[in-house]
Amino acid sequence: MREGIHTTDFLTYSLIIGVFVGLSAGYLGSIMVLEKMALVGDALSHVALPGLALGILFNFNPFIGAFGFLFVSAVIIWYIGKITKLSYEAIVGAIFTLALAIGILIIPEVDLLEALFGDITKVTLTDMLTAIVISVVAILLTKVIYRRIVLGMISEDLAASTGVNIARANLLYLLLVSLVVAVGLRIVGTLLVGFLVVVPAAAAKTVSTNLLKYSILSALFGALSSSSGVLLAGYLNLPAGPLVVFSGVAVFLATVLVKWSHRHAEPRT
Amino acid sequence: MGNTKDCILEVSNLSVKLQDQIILDNVSFRLRKGTALAILGPNGAGKTTLFKALLNLVPYTGKIEWKSKVKIGYVPQSISVKDIPISVKEFLTFKKGSSISECLGAVRLDAKKILDKGLGLLSGGELRRVLIAWSLMDKSNVLLFDEPTTGVDLDSEEPIYVMLNELKRKHRITILLISHSIHIVEEYSDYLLALNRCTTFFGESKEIMNPSLQKTIYGETVCRGPIA
Repeated sequence: MREGIHTTDFLTYSLIIGVFVGLSAGYLGSIMVLEKMALVGDALSHVALPGLALGILFNFNPFIGAFGFLFVSAVIIWYIGKITKLSYEAIVGAIFTLALAIGILIIPEVDLLEALFGDITKVTLTDMLTAIVISVVAILLTKVIYRRIVLGMISEDLAASTGVNIARANLLYLLLVSLVVAVGLRIVGTLLVGFLVVVPAAAAKTVSTNLLKYSILSALFGALSSSSGVLLAGYLNLPAGPLVVFSGVAVFLATVLVKWSHRHAEPRT
Repeated sequence: MGNTKDCILEVSNLSVKLQDQIILDNVSFRLRKGTALAILGPNGAGKTTLFKALLNLVPYTGKIEWKSKVKIGYVPQSISVKDIPISVKEFLTFKKGSSISECLGAVRLDAKKILDKGLGLLSGGELRRVLIAWSLMDKSNVLLFDEPTTGVDLDSEEPIYVMLNELKRKHRITILLISHSIHIVEEYSDYLLALNRCTTFFGESKEIMNPSLQKTIYGETVCRGPIA
C-alpha cells in the first residue's frame, strides 16, 4: 500500500470506479453482444497493452497510452469494416494477438502483472473522478445512438431508408467502448476488462424479453459484478480482475438458472 | 399512363453499376398516385436494386423524380430479429408520427395482444404485418415492399395482399411491390414492370396473362395456379 493513502480510500475509490465502469461497460456491452461482437469487446481490451507499455517506458500516464491505442484501433477496425464489409470480429481477431504480443514484449516485466490484472491499491481520486465522468458521458451518448444501431442490426437497408447513418453511429460506439475499456483497465486489467463488456450483457440477454429490460439489466449486472469483485479483492487482498470475473460468472450462472427454472415451470404443449 | 398531374414518380434512363457490374440498365417508367406497381423478374434482375435506387441508397445515373410531399415507407425482403430481445412496441416506436394502435389496426393486428410480444417470436404472417405497420408509422404515402409475403405460409399470403389493396384504396397510398407470383400481379397491382436488368415490359398488369408476354419475361408460358 502506498504511503499516505488509507485502505478505505483506495477501496472506496475502486468501488466507485467499479460501479460506474460496470454500469457503462455493461450498457455498452449490451450492443456488442447483440452485434455478435463479443470477441471484439474482449480483444479490443488486449489492444491497450502496447499503449500501457509505451506509457510506462516513456514515463507518461499509461492509461492515456492505452486509450490512444484503443482509439486508433477502433478507427482502423471501423474503417476496414466499412470498406471491406468484413465482420468486426474477423478484423479484431486478426490484430489483437499481434497487439498483445507486442505489449508483452515491450512492457517492463515488473509492471506486466499489474497491466494484465489491474491493481486497486494504486487507484487515486483523479482516477475515480475520470471514471465517473467518462462512464456517464459514454452511457448518455450510447443512449442516443442505441436505437439506431439496433435498427441497423435488424436491417441495414431498413435503417438507411429512415435516414440513419449506421457507419457514423458504429464509429461513435467503438470510440465510446475504447474510452470505457481504458478506464476499466485501472481496476480489472487489460486481460479481463473485456469480460465486463461481454458477460453482464450475455447474462441480461438470457432473462430479457425486451430492449429496455435488457439494456438496464446489462448495466446493473456489470455494476454488480465489478463492485462485488472489488469488495472481495479489498477484503481478501487479492487482485480485483479475477474476482470481478468470478462475480460476473456467478451472475451469469444465476440467470441461466432462472431461465432453466422458467422453462421447467412452463406448461408443456 | 394517365395524366402528368397525377404522376408521383418518374424514372428516366436509370442505370446502376455496382463493383463494375451493370445491375440496372436504362430503366424508365412513370407511376400515378394511388396505384400499385408490381415488379417482376428472375433472380438477379435488379428488382431490389431498383428499390435501393428509389430510396437513394445506391449510386445511380439517370433521373428519379419523386413528386413533392412524398413520404416513403420501405419493407425489406428479410430482417434479422431472432437474436434481438425487442418487443413489437419498441420496434414500432423507432418511428414517430402515427398512433401505434391505428397502424396495427390498419394491418388487422390487435395492439393489446401483440405489443408486448418479442419481435423474434412472431409468426411469419404476424412479422410481415408488423413490418407493414412499421412502414405506415410515419404517415408514409408511398410503400415499397420487397416480396411482402416472404416467410409467410401459403394460406396467409393472400390476406396480406388483400390488406395492401385496402390500404391503397382507402388511403390512396401508392404501392410498389416486388413479387414472383403471376396471380398476385394480375389480382393486386395496376401496373407491371418486368425487369431483367433492363425493362422487358411496362404496362397494365392484366397483360401478364398474355402467353407471349410470359414468354418474354420467363422464356416460357407459365401455368396459372392459385398462387404461382
